[in-house]
Amino acid sequence: MSQALWALGRGTGIVALLMFTLTLVLGVTTRSGRPLGLGRFGIADLHRTAALTGTGLILVHVVSLYFDPYAQLRLVDFLVPFLGSYRPVWLGLGTLALDLLGLITVVSLLRQRIGPRIFRAVHWGTYVLWPVALLHALGNGTDAGSAWMTGIAAACVLAVAVAVGWRLLPSYDGRGWRRAPRKVHA
Amino acid sequence: MSRIHIDWTRCDGHGACAELLPELLTSDEWGFPVSRTGERDPQVPRQLTEHARHAERSCPLMALRRV
Ligand code: SF4
Repeated sequence: MSQALWALGRGTGIVALLMFTLTLVLGVTTRSGRPLGLGRFGIADLHRTAALTGTGLILVHVVSLYFDPYAQLRLVDFLVPFLGSYRPVWLGLGTLALDLLGLITVVSLLRQRIGPRIFRAVHWGTYVLWPVALLHALGNGTDAGSAWMTGIAAACVLAVAVAVGWRLLPSYDGRGWRRAPRKVHA
Repeated sequence: MSRIHIDWTRCDGHGACAELLPELLTSDEWGFPVSRTGERDPQVPRQLTEHARHAERSCPLMALRRV
């Protein structure tokens, strides 16, 4: 049983990292206003779905590790970072990521009510969330150092580096792209 | 019954709404949404409620609201 919890905790954590990587890349894409084949709303929908899937996986991740007797997590470890007994720094990064994820998710789901200014300010926090979560996966994870985990992490870093690099290009902002001619069905 | 209302101080004319609600909105030549019904805030017929909700969720700048 505890083996199963442990495996579930590890597996969901890794898949969630993949989901958040996808979310970040899609977020940069949708923000850029360039549709890339799916339509503007298609990418936005996929961004949302990937983010919520990742959030659901993280929920399973923390619940399964809470009940895992080896991990020995206390409730406070889910809220306040850097108090844990086992690898406190790496675990603390996970807690920090969880706090950020909770805040960002709630603000995103309520964004119609909260308004774009706060939504956007909080949403920048994803650029903190992602590297913190990655470090947590690399430092805390049992699988860190294994070839496949290194491969996954490298792929995630590469994907985000490309997306963020593109984001930082001067041509990204300023709506400098050429609009596709719009079909207006009269 | 609700109406589509666009906050023009927020709308940046990306046009996601016109793609999602072609029955009610079209885009002008700059991409900004234009009501098709002649009303300033077009009324959403019942069968389009779901699409209107989707458009509201998808507006990247939260400019489009159902009021
Ligand atoms: S989706 Fe929003 S920002 Fe884009 S054109 Fe429609 S109302 Fe304007």
